Amino acid sequence: MSSSQGAPAFTNPIVKWIDRRLPIFTFMHHEYGVFPTPRNFNYWWSFGGIAMVMLITMIVTGIVLAMNYTPHVDFAFDSVERIMRDVNYGWLLRYLHVNGASFFFIAVFIHIFRGLYYGSYKNPRELLWILGVVILLLMMATAFMGYVLPWGQMSFWGATVITNLFSALPVIGDPIVTLLWGGFSVDNPTLNRFFSLHYLLPFVIVGVVVLHVTAMHVAGSNNPIGIDPKGPQDTLPFSPYYVTKDGFAVVAFLLVYLAFVFFAPDFFGEPENYVKADRLVTPPHIVPEWYFLPFYAILRAVPDKLGGVLAMFGAILVLFVLPWLDTARVRSARFRPIYKWFFWLLVVDCFVLGYCGANPPEGYFIPLSRVATLYYFAHFLVILPVLGKIERPLPLPNSIAESVLGGARK
Amino acid sequence: MATSNKSATADHDHDASRRDFLFVATAATAAVGGASAAWPFISSLNPAADTLALASTEVSLAGIEVGQAIKVMWRGKPVFVRRRTAEEIKEARAVDLKTLPDAGDARSPADDAKRVKAGKDEWLVLVGVCTHLGCIPQGSSTGEIRGDYKGWFCPCHGSHYDTSGRIRKGPAPKNLEVPPYEFVNNGTGLKIG
Ligand code: HEM
Ligand code: FES
Repeated sequence: MSSSQGAPAFTNPIVKWIDRRLPIFTFMHHEYGVFPTPRNFNYWWSFGGIAMVMLITMIVTGIVLAMNYTPHVDFAFDSVERIMRDVNYGWLLRYLHVNGASFFFIAVFIHIFRGLYYGSYKNPRELLWILGVVILLLMMATAFMGYVLPWGQMSFWGATVITNLFSALPVIGDPIVTLLWGGFSVDNPTLNRFFSLHYLLPFVIVGVVVLHVTAMHVAGSNNPIGIDPKGPQDTLPFSPYYVTKDGFAVVAFLLVYLAFVFFAPDFFGEPENYVKADRLVTPPHIVPEWYFLPFYAILRAVPDKLGGVLAMFGAILVLFVLPWLDTARVRSARFRPIYKWFFWLLVVDCFVLGYCGANPPEGYFIPLSRVATLYYFAHFLVILPVLGKIERPLPLPNSIAESVLGGARK
Repeated sequence: MATSNKSATADHDHDASRRDFLFVATAATAAVGGASAAWPFISSLNPAADTLALASTEVSLAGIEVGQAIKVMWRGKPVFVRRRTAEEIKEARAVDLKTLPDAGDARSPADDAKRVKAGKDEWLVLVGVCTHLGCIPQGSSTGEIRGDYKGWFCPCHGSHYDTSGRIRKGPAPKNLEVPPYEFVNNGTGLKIG
C-alpha cells in the first residue's frame, strides 16, 4: 500500500554507472515512479499530461512541416498548398498540426478550469499557477504567429489587427508597431521573424513546463477535496497507478483529436484562409481562431481603442493575481456551496464571450459582450474577494483516505 | 596586538569603500556594455535600408471621373485617391470642427481645407488604413458601403469616416492620415511620398 521511498537499487550496470555520475534515473524514480500522489484523483487531473502529449505532438509535426515550408510572402501560401498536395503525407502532418493547436488549447483550457474549480492556485501553489499563466501567454503568442505562416487572408489581416493593438499605447505605440513589423505594414520581414519565433517559442514553453512541473513536485498535487495528504494511506505511487489512468485518458483524448483530423479537418478553420493574402482587400468579417474569441470579444466590447486593448490583456493578467484575490481558505469548490455556482457562471460567461467574439459587433452583440466583459472582471475583482469572507464552507473530511474509503457520503 | 587589530579593521573599512567603488564601476560598465551589445539586435528588427528607401509612387489621374476613387500602393499600404463631387466637398466643409471626435494634428488636420492642396479641393488623398487596427476601409470602389457619413466604412469594428476622411463614429481614434504628395505633369499625375 504505502509508497516505497528509499533510493532505488538498480541492477543494470550501465544504469548504475550513469546514475552514480548523473542521477537522472534516481530522479525519474522519485518524481515519476514512487512519487506519492493523492489517491482520489478524478479524470480532470489527466489534462496536464494530455497537454504535455499535445505539446510534443506540435513540436514533432512542426519540425517536419518546417522542412517543406518557405517563409517568404511570395512562396509561403504555395508552399503550404504543396505540403497539402504533393509532399508525402503532408496533408496529414499539416492537419495534425492545425487541429493539434486547437486540441492543445482545449486540453489547457480544461486544465485551467480544473484549477479554478478545485482551488489549485492557492497557497502553497501560487507560483505553480503563475507559471501556468506564463505558459498560456506563450502558447497564445506561438499560435498567433503560427497562424500567420500560411499567408492566407486571415493570416495577413489577423496579423495586421493584432500587431496594431500595440499602436494604442501612447507615444511608444507607433515605434513599437514598426519594430514588430520591420517595415510599414505586415510584410516579408514580419513573416520571417514570425517563423523564427514560431520555431523558438515552443521550446521556451518546454522550459517553462519543466519549471511548472518542478514547482508541482515541491508543493505536491492538489486533489478533488483540496485537503493535504496526511500520510501514506492518502497517496498512491505515481507509477503504475496514475501512469495507467493518465495513459487511458491520453488515448481517449487522442481518439477525439484524430477523429477531427481524419473526418473534419477544417472544422476549426476559416475558409477565408485558403485565399492568398491580399493587402488591398480586407475580408468583410475578420475573426481570430476560436481559442482567441473570448479575448477578441473583450477587445471589441470597450468603445475606446486603448481601453479595449488594456481590457483584453487585463483579462489574462488578472489570472496572475488570482491567488491573492480569492480570499477563501477552503480550496475545493466541493465544499464551497456558493462559489460552485459562480464557477459555472464564469464558464457560461466565457462561452457567451466566445459567441460574441465570433459574431460581428452589431445589434444586440454589443450590449451582450459588454455585460459579459463586466461580469468576467467582476468575478475576479469583486465576487471572489467578497465571497471568501461571507461564504460558509461545508465541513471538510478528516482525510483523503476517509473520504475515499469511508463509505457512502452522508 | 590590539593596535594591529584596530588597524586591520581600519584597513578593512578602507578596502570596503574601494571595493564598493570597483564593484559599482564594474557593474556600470557591464550594464552599459550589455545595453550596447543588445542594441544591434533590437535595431536589426527595425525597417532595413531597402525598406526605408522604397521609392515614391506615381499615379496618373486621367480617367478618374468625379465621384470615383482609386486605390494605389505606397510603402506596402493602400492610398485612396478620391475625386470628390461638389456636394461632398460642401458637406465636408459644413461641419463644425468642434464637434469632430479627432481635433487633428499636423499630419492629419481636421479642417477639410488643410486636408487637400489649395485649389485642388476635388482631390482627396489619404492613407487607406483604418486608424483603429489597420484594416482597409470600404468605400473607394463603387458598390462598397460608405458608412453613415458617405466617406468610408471600416467593417472590422465599425468605424465611419466622412467625405474628408475624418473619423465620425466608431472605435477609430484618429482621422485617416494624409500622405506627403504633390501634383505632377501639370496636375494630371500624382507623386506620393
Ligand atoms: C506550442 C506549440 C505550437 C503551436 C500552438 C502551433 C500552432 C500553429 C498554428 C495555429 C499554425 C497555423 C496552421 C495553419 O492554419 O496552417 C501553425 C503553422 C505552422 N507551424 Fe506551428 N505550432 C506549434 C509548434 C511548432 C513548432 C515547434 C514548429 C517547428 C519547428 C512549427 C512549425 C510550423 C510551420 C512550418 C507552420 C506553417 C505550415 C502550416 O501552416 O501548416 N510549429 N502552427
Ligand atoms: S480596424 Fe477599422 S474599425 Fe477596427
